[in-house]
Amino acid sequence: MTGAQASLWALVVAPAVVGAALLLGPRGRTERLAPVLGVGTAALAAVLAVVVALARPSVAVPFVAGADLGLGVDGLAAVVAPTVAVVAALVLLAGAADVGESRARFHGFMLVFVSAALLTVTATTLPALLLAWEVMGATSYALIGFAWRDDRRVGSGLTAFVTTRAADLGLYVAAAAALAGGAGLGLDALASAAPGWRDVLAAGVLVAALGKAAQLVLAFWLSRAMDGPSPVSALLHSAAMVAMGGYLLLRLSPLLQATSWAGPAAAWAGALTTVALGVVAVGQRDLKQLLAASTSAQLGYVVMAGGLGSVPAGTAHLVAHAATKAALFLAAGAWLAALGTKQLAGLRGTVGGWPVLRVAATVALLALAGAPPLSLWATKDLVLAAALQQSPALYAVGLLGAAAAAAYAGSVLRVLWAPVDTADRRRARAHRGEEETPRAVVPGALTAAVVVLAVGATTLGAVAVPAVAGALAGTVGGEVAHPSGLELAGSAALVLVVAAAVWRRPLPQPAWARSWLGLEAAAQAVLVRPTIAVAGVLDRVDGRITRGVGGIARGVVAVAGGAAATDDAVLGGAVTRAARGTGMLGRGAAGADDRWVHGSVLALARRVRRAGALARRPQTGQLHQYYVQAVALVAVGVVLLVVVR
Amino acid sequence: MLSLTIFFPLAAGLLLLVPGVGPTAARWWWVVASAVEVALVAGLWWVYETPAEGSLAFDEQVPWIPGVDSSYHVGLDGLSLPLVAMTAVVFLACAVYSLRDDDRPRTQAALFLALEAVCLGLFAAADLILFFVFFDLSIVGMYVIIAGWGHGDRARSALTFFLYTFLGSLALLAGFIGLYLAADPHTFDMLELARQDPFAGRGTAGVVVLGAILLGLAVKTPTVPFHTWLPPAHTDAPAVGSAVLAGVLLKLGTYGFVRLGMALLPDAWRSWAWVVLVVGIVSVLWGALVALAQRDLKRMIAYTSVNHMGYVVLAVGAAGMVAADTAQARGVAVTGAVTQMVSHGLVTAALFLLAGLFLDRAGTYEIAEFGGLAARAPRTTVLFAVAAFASLGLPGLSGFIAEFQIFTGSIAAVPASALALLGILVIAGVLLWTLQRIFTGETRGRSGGFTDMRAHELWAVAPLLALSLAIGLVPRPLLDVIEPAATTVVAVLGR
Repeated sequence: MTGAQASLWALVVAPAVVGAALLLGPRGRTERLAPVLGVGTAALAAVLAVVVALARPSVAVPFVAGADLGLGVDGLAAVVAPTVAVVAALVLLAGAADVGESRARFHGFMLVFVSAALLTVTATTLPALLLAWEVMGATSYALIGFAWRDDRRVGSGLTAFVTTRAADLGLYVAAAAALAGGAGLGLDALASAAPGWRDVLAAGVLVAALGKAAQLVLAFWLSRAMDGPSPVSALLHSAAMVAMGGYLLLRLSPLLQATSWAGPAAAWAGALTTVALGVVAVGQRDLKQLLAASTSAQLGYVVMAGGLGSVPAGTAHLVAHAATKAALFLAAGAWLAALGTKQLAGLRGTVGGWPVLRVAATVALLALAGAPPLSLWATKDLVLAAALQQSPALYAVGLLGAAAAAAYAGSVLRVLWAPVDTADRRRARAHRGEEETPRAVVPGALTAAVVVLAVGATTLGAVAVPAVAGALAGTVGGEVAHPSGLELAGSAALVLVVAAAVWRRPLPQPAWARSWLGLEAAAQAVLVRPTIAVAGVLDRVDGRITRGVGGIARGVVAVAGGAAATDDAVLGGAVTRAARGTGMLGRGAAGADDRWVHGSVLALARRVRRAGALARRPQTGQLHQYYVQAVALVAVGVVLLVVVR
Repeated sequence: MLSLTIFFPLAAGLLLLVPGVGPTAARWWWVVASAVEVALVAGLWWVYETPAEGSLAFDEQVPWIPGVDSSYHVGLDGLSLPLVAMTAVVFLACAVYSLRDDDRPRTQAALFLALEAVCLGLFAAADLILFFVFFDLSIVGMYVIIAGWGHGDRARSALTFFLYTFLGSLALLAGFIGLYLAADPHTFDMLELARQDPFAGRGTAGVVVLGAILLGLAVKTPTVPFHTWLPPAHTDAPAVGSAVLAGVLLKLGTYGFVRLGMALLPDAWRSWAWVVLVVGIVSVLWGALVALAQRDLKRMIAYTSVNHMGYVVLAVGAAGMVAADTAQARGVAVTGAVTQMVSHGLVTAALFLLAGLFLDRAGTYEIAEFGGLAARAPRTTVLFAVAAFASLGLPGLSGFIAEFQIFTGSIAAVPASALALLGILVIAGVLLWTLQRIFTGETRGRSGGFTDMRAHELWAVAPLLALSLAIGLVPRPLLDVIEPAATTVVAVLGR
């Protein structure tokens, strides 16, 4: 094993091992060491990610039947892995300053999560991908439900896990299709699966990716995921987890292109999400909810790029969004901790006390809005240029999404900077401390992390320069469609106009947008409640089966008892009864008919009573008698054996 | 060597019947004997080499009932060795768990050691009569455990269990006799029967015989609709009894599917395959959904067992749907099925041992009686969470290795198997919801006075889950043993 290969293993294994140690180690010591170990390990992972990005190693060990556990770094992973690791290190740095309780649990789960995210990025086979994919989901469950004394938050973790797992089933189907289609389980060979199976494969991957990336109707889990601590949101919903949904489509873009329908389907799903969730974001009154909806919407561009086969554009957008959104979630968390609220109304006129944080967040918001010359303006236009080549309608929808981004980012900018009157101040004071006890301080480390991320959000705008975009394409592979000057200028103008309009006059916030289009309620009504109802019905049926079997058993015992009673009677008084029967026959009166019927009914009743008594008799509770019964049954078997032989 | 491994626990158990052995000595003797047994099995695994097709490793044969050509014939292959190992581990966990148990420890230890020998003998048996004897003895042993050490309505539950599975075993016996009669010369030897394939080309007769065997095994596994003895048996059994019942005894059924059905009656298996497949899918969905409706922790776990055994049944059914180009996929499915037997043995044993804490500490399994337990019992919380995630098939733990292979193999062979995927979704919801209701939120109900796991309980449960983790991360040592046997079974079916 070369040094580079060892680095690749260490990149994935080290965070997992340190994380597990923090989770399972002795409480007192891990609590103390957690921040140091957490940040240190994440920093180490960031260094290792850069090392493997340069050396591009690949490793594999045999895993399940027919597939290795393979890791490798290609051009795409070489860009994304360092992004994930660096953002993770910055977020953990901020988290070390922000999370005061259960630090071992926070850093432990975050490290395991980082390990899973890095494995997702570097996986070269489906089982490796699925392993990482679902561990990411499980750790996100633990992180979203971090404050476990609160039932709602744990429930949010459950919602996130079950929703994303529902989509993950697509990957199980995809793995089966890969096996059946003769492609094997290596990711780079999937596009060569037999037609038919290839379509199933693409469909499975698409469902899994759209679920993780919180696209379209699956977006609601992301809203619930905001119940997690802010540093958790800053990592899970910027550079990892959600972003991995988009990443999967970039990685498997050749598979999508190999079918006639999967590429356009992904592109349209992404484009529609940029608009639909963009509108949802505009409707939010809670900063984290707004950012969450915007994450779905922005990931829409990455998904679009995957569908269009424009891998460089999608990669650029993924990286730029990771930096931007991590900065904003951390800023939201900082204000929440300091002011005790994340309601937009509660932040108006109250964030001025931390000018550096406010400026850094503003830069990130401008990037999010798509203002030139910042990163998301350039990267989004790369995606839109690719869209324009294939379908003007797709381009138009994507542009609409850009307008929505300008609107929601603009509305937050307004909260941060617009002049406030007394009524605004009174409203803000009312919100203060309503969600948490205000700490009134923002740790320096947190501000520093936000600044670094905001710088990233700015400088990544360099991809607007064609040479830079070309170099990126050379690294990650694939074509890049350069937007024309008119497109760049047009989208910039659109953003500025919309943002200015929002500044002058806030948009309405209809209830349907605020409730995320009622998606969670719909899922509850259409899927969850019916499932629970069906479960209840089946449980009752199950009880009925149990009683039915009991009835059969009682019947059998009764018949046996009846037979035994008959036997007794026959042996005891056969002669007498025969004589009496003859006599009765002799009399043979026609009027006896009535009595006969009646008599037999009574006799049957007596028989049944007696059988009941007999039925209880074998259930003596005496072990040796049960043995005797068992032996008798074996004897029956042996006799059967002897007879048939 | 193999016979020594099988009968060592029995001998150790008999020694305990010597009067004058004190309770503490008996409990420790049980632990030591079980540990020695694990070491013996580890030794077997160490020297094990995949036997040639149609033969067994560690083959031992002694004439027993020559009149019907039945012999004491034992041996191991890739199907049985993993189950033998799992059995030894689960029994050791039970021994450790019982270290503080004051209820007639001497008899209990002797009984469990004898039952361990019976289970090991069953997996090693290569003769149908021997198999049947061990099969019925296992039923008697479990009956005594439930009736003698159980709680609640134990006499009734034990009797239900006994009658149900005993009747099932009679169907099995009828099938065995059918096999015996069809063979020429008549024999009960499994290897000889596999060589002869007595029902090859004799359509109906084989189908009827396999039908009888399937009925017997379906009761034991259990599959829907023969599963209703399972929840009451578990609810009223002691924790260690449940662990053995779910961990080991249920595998006797699924093991029989592969060992008896597929290997001895390949033609008939192909005719029955779609029935088995459908029963598997129904069991998966039924078990998962009914588990969702349970309010009693132990009943809930019992129904997850129905669900998990359903995956195995699904896989062996799909493996029987023979088509030319799916041999590889069907091999993967059978490998997954055997892996699932091992995985479920470890994980469910852990879950039932954990459930035992609830009765011990609070006198009830009612989920609604608890809440916020994480504050009182962090160790229990961690282990229960790991066990729950292992049970729902989270990657990194053994359940995933099993279920991933079952699903990829089965769906590739029979696309309709994808329906059963909903099972892993529902079961995820069930287990996490249970986790939430018992362990998170404000501490309430009977969580208040709950004592966390003590050392012997921790050391019983944690190794089971550690093994599950090991299999989940490094599955090759296990799969290298299973795969050749699975390939052989699939090849026999394809002939």
